[in-house]
Amino acid sequence: MEILVCVKRVPDSAENEIEMNSEGNDIERDDLVYSVNEWDNYAVEEAIQIVDKVGGTVTVVTVGDEDCDEILRREMAMGAEKGLLLNDDAFAGSDCKGIATILKGAVQKGNYDLVLTGAQADEGAGAVGGMLAAMLDLPYASLVNKIELGEGKLTIGREIEGGNREMNEITLPCVLSIQTGINEPRYVGIRGIRKVSGVEIPELSAADMGIDAASVGEAGAGVKKVDYFVPEKGEGAEMLEGSTDEIIAKLIEILKANGGL
Amino acid sequence: MFQISKENLMIQKTAREFARKELAELAAHRDAHHEFPGSSLKKMGDMGLMGMLVSETYGGSEIGPVGYALALSEIAYGCASTAVVMSVHNSICCGSIQSFGTDAQKDEFLRPMAQGTCIGAFALTEPEAGSDPQSLSCSAVKEGEHYIINGTKRFITTGKHAGVIILIARTGNNEPGRGLSAFLITHDLPGFSVGRMEDKMGQCASDTTDLLFSDCRVPASRLLGHEGQGFEIAMSGLDDGRIGIAALSLGLGMAALDQSVSYAKQRRQFGKQIAEFQGLRWMLADMDMDVDAARLMVLNAAALKQAGKHCRAQASKAKCYASEMAQRVTGQAIQIHGGYGYIKEYPVERFYRDARITTIYEGTNQIQRIIIANELLKDKKKK
Repeated sequence: MEILVCVKRVPDSAENEIEMNSEGNDIERDDLVYSVNEWDNYAVEEAIQIVDKVGGTVTVVTVGDEDCDEILRREMAMGAEKGLLLNDDAFAGSDCKGIATILKGAVQKGNYDLVLTGAQADEGAGAVGGMLAAMLDLPYASLVNKIELGEGKLTIGREIEGGNREMNEITLPCVLSIQTGINEPRYVGIRGIRKVSGVEIPELSAADMGIDAASVGEAGAGVKKVDYFVPEKGEGAEMLEGSTDEIIAKLIEILKANGGL
Repeated sequence: MFQISKENLMIQKTAREFARKELAELAAHRDAHHEFPGSSLKKMGDMGLMGMLVSETYGGSEIGPVGYALALSEIAYGCASTAVVMSVHNSICCGSIQSFGTDAQKDEFLRPMAQGTCIGAFALTEPEAGSDPQSLSCSAVKEGEHYIINGTKRFITTGKHAGVIILIARTGNNEPGRGLSAFLITHDLPGFSVGRMEDKMGQCASDTTDLLFSDCRVPASRLLGHEGQGFEIAMSGLDDGRIGIAALSLGLGMAALDQSVSYAKQRRQFGKQIAEFQGLRWMLADMDMDVDAARLMVLNAAALKQAGKHCRAQASKAKCYASEMAQRVTGQAIQIHGGYGYIKEYPVERFYRDARITTIYEGTNQIQRIIIANELLKDKKKK
């Protein structure tokens, strides 16, 4: 099975304290440590496991500049056979539709049976997978937390609100967005790192994929961010501070005072 | 800036990810229960972290001292007990077998060691001999196709859990450098047993034991190198061993600094973050300088070693400085945490306990200073 997994380089929330920049229109990006988006890691692991069972190839793709090389190599060191960087100045500032348009170009350059994305990334919209499927006119399922292989189709489990779960059949080729917990992503090994450290990762530009530069990037973005802020604490909300024991003690006091205990 | 290759940066990052996701979570529990980190070491073997200096021919990842030092620091950031097992295993045990072992010994021991399925230990210290290996009394007497070993070894890291132990025992007289030999010991040998487990101040998840030999019969095929080569073997891994402990100490300093910065930004007194008080800012600045200086010394020693250059003094300086830095910085971390630094809810008291041994093992810092001075005076004479 030929599988394409769409991955994204995002600020690593475990490594950084995310703060607002001085202009108040974005997070402070100087000196941030970046990693691969956590959900994407589960998608790559799932793809590797599928290929281990039935054969085929896993390709990881991302939209970004040369800084994204590190996350592609990381996922290749994990076990993806190929990497693909979609890099063009025209891609900068793309909204979700723009990113989906770019990824569509990459999908059409290959011959993939299955396209995976993470359920969401750092911006939390979770929109790219669905848009990509619509643009490709492929069936789509979101928040997938189980995949069983079938002939020309997959049986997939989906997480439903309230902790429920449903099973669906979906025909191949298709697009799936993968939820965390579907597997336990393996750690990258040193042998894998050494294997991929000298591998050339091909790049595709807008022209290579026949994409109209005006349809992507800032120029093509129908959604523009106009503000970015930490909401003010609302009435009645109290943030408890201190050590875990102090917080627990305060919480018990509050619950007792309000008849909760 | 010290230039680190992209490959080594990836190795550092993957070790960091593992240490922070897995080791740091378990470190307090393992410390409290003296629980050996076997399951984590197995994963580290799968990742290639247990054969970092072993040739690819024997299944190692052969990444070299710089990548090794970077990875070991990250592992120590998560759990110093796990890091010391990794250090002894990689630096001394794998290195000795790789340099002095026969092909059969490499196949039997080095291959599984490089995969992390067999952990190595190194048994030199005795109740009456530590810094002075010439005074070792554990004896090995040849009898046909076997050596008969008698004596006690003390303070042996991973003594209980190791799959193979490199034993240094006396086979000859006290002639300097000639009377000692090295043997590969496994737990199934008759007459060998593990003695008491030490109840230590820190690094409690790593077992430190006595090893007891009572007419222990060791096949002659288990002699590592040739008879009388034990002192050379014991000394051969010292540079890597010191770089290893220096890297471990660096990781402890990094962890204590990060924890302190995080706490100073979170803790509020007199209506503001304690990080806003100048006295505390100066402490953090001193800690940061100290960690950075140690980092550069560790990387310098590792880079020299990787380049195949003489690095005896630089390895000792890195070990000496980084271990003393770890003591200073973990102590300052407790001070910054105030009362919370003294209790086990926060990890800094564990960092402090874990750091204390680093100026003692792998050659005390007094011995390191003698080596540094010897190298310094030797160089002066040449000039």
